[in-house]
Amino acid sequence: MLLKYAFIFILSGFALVLPLVSIVAGAILGPRKPDPVKNDIYESGLNTIGDTWIQFRAQFYLIGLVFLVFDLEVVFLYPIAMAYGRPEFGMAAVLVTLLFMALLIVGLIYDWRKGGLEWQ
Amino acid sequence: MPELPVEIPIPTPHQAVFIMVAVATSVASLLVVTNRNLFYSALCLVGALFGVAGVYVLLEAEFLAIAQVLVYVGAIATLITFAIMLTRGIMFGTTSPNNRHMFAVMSMALLVFLLVAGLVDRVPWAVAEDLTLSGDGKSLIVDLGWEFVTTYALPLELIGLLLLIALVGAVMLARDDE
Amino acid sequence: MVPLQAYLTLAAFIFSCGLYGALARRNAIAMLMAVELMLNAVNINLVAFWRYGPNREDLAGQTFAIFVIAVAAAEVAVGLALVIAIYRSRKTVYLDEIDLLQG
Repeated sequence: MLLKYAFIFILSGFALVLPLVSIVAGAILGPRKPDPVKNDIYESGLNTIGDTWIQFRAQFYLIGLVFLVFDLEVVFLYPIAMAYGRPEFGMAAVLVTLLFMALLIVGLIYDWRKGGLEWQ
Repeated sequence: MPELPVEIPIPTPHQAVFIMVAVATSVASLLVVTNRNLFYSALCLVGALFGVAGVYVLLEAEFLAIAQVLVYVGAIATLITFAIMLTRGIMFGTTSPNNRHMFAVMSMALLVFLLVAGLVDRVPWAVAEDLTLSGDGKSLIVDLGWEFVTTYALPLELIGLLLLIALVGAVMLARDDE
Repeated sequence: MVPLQAYLTLAAFIFSCGLYGALARRNAIAMLMAVELMLNAVNINLVAFWRYGPNREDLAGQTFAIFVIAVAAAEVAVGLALVIAIYRSRKTVYLDEIDLLQG
């Protein structure tokens, strides 16, 4: 029944254990000689510029909103697309789906016209 | 070999997986509401949502598990993280993360849990005799899609309308006007 | 097979966590996260009742769960936009400091 997921389960077990083993082994076996230069924070070999916890701009949120809405559209449209092959899938069902898509496209057009998709 | 006073049931693999998923989900959701750092709370929320997706897989609602990962982990958790980063300025205050009703609320939540958990065992649920699912996962998704465009056509349109209004409202609220 | 009661108890635990978080946390975003937990707990119940119920041909449980996910997404979108708007004008996301209407 759930046997087809056993592979994923075993794989995730391995994916968890293997890095854990190397991290723990490194922590136990490796020599530890800290000095200020070694402990310095760096990014791609350079010293970091500015604070790590920067404040994001609202632009990210606006793009994320559009992503969320169309993510949900996928969730609804995928089963409908699977059901499309049924012989009884008639014109009414197609219209229902098209209306649903049209509603979300209106939202996208509004966001577009308001400049929510432009990156300043 | 001496007899044990209580018989310890040996879980089947299915039960063992359920116990692991349930413990992970419970710990993660407890951490979501107790962590002081909001960003760690959000990370624990992702863990809890993954755990719930695992519960859906155990309940053989695979499409729902996919939808959970797609919408909750993919989009909602991302939006929450963005919002935390947007309001970052006051994250590291020394003020308490909880309000003054904390202990009253804690005892109330504990009471609710004990009440519901006690009731769950006593109610005679109308559980079906035969728990095997007819059809495979694919036919289940096809049936779900068919339900969306027939029985639940009106709710589907209403959800579309709700999402449209939510998108318009959220864009109006969150946009920088300067 | 895992008994139905196990799923319901797990859902009750997640719901109680969410209830505590939604009422006790001062940060508005933390409160929204707790509400998400509560909605997820309800979804677990819906799907568990569908799986264990006598009529599995009726997909109402799963359909409702998907609608709940959609409504939760809309709620988060607007809720977080409100938090961002309030943060922009009042420089706080603490719920007990947003007391303009209390006079």
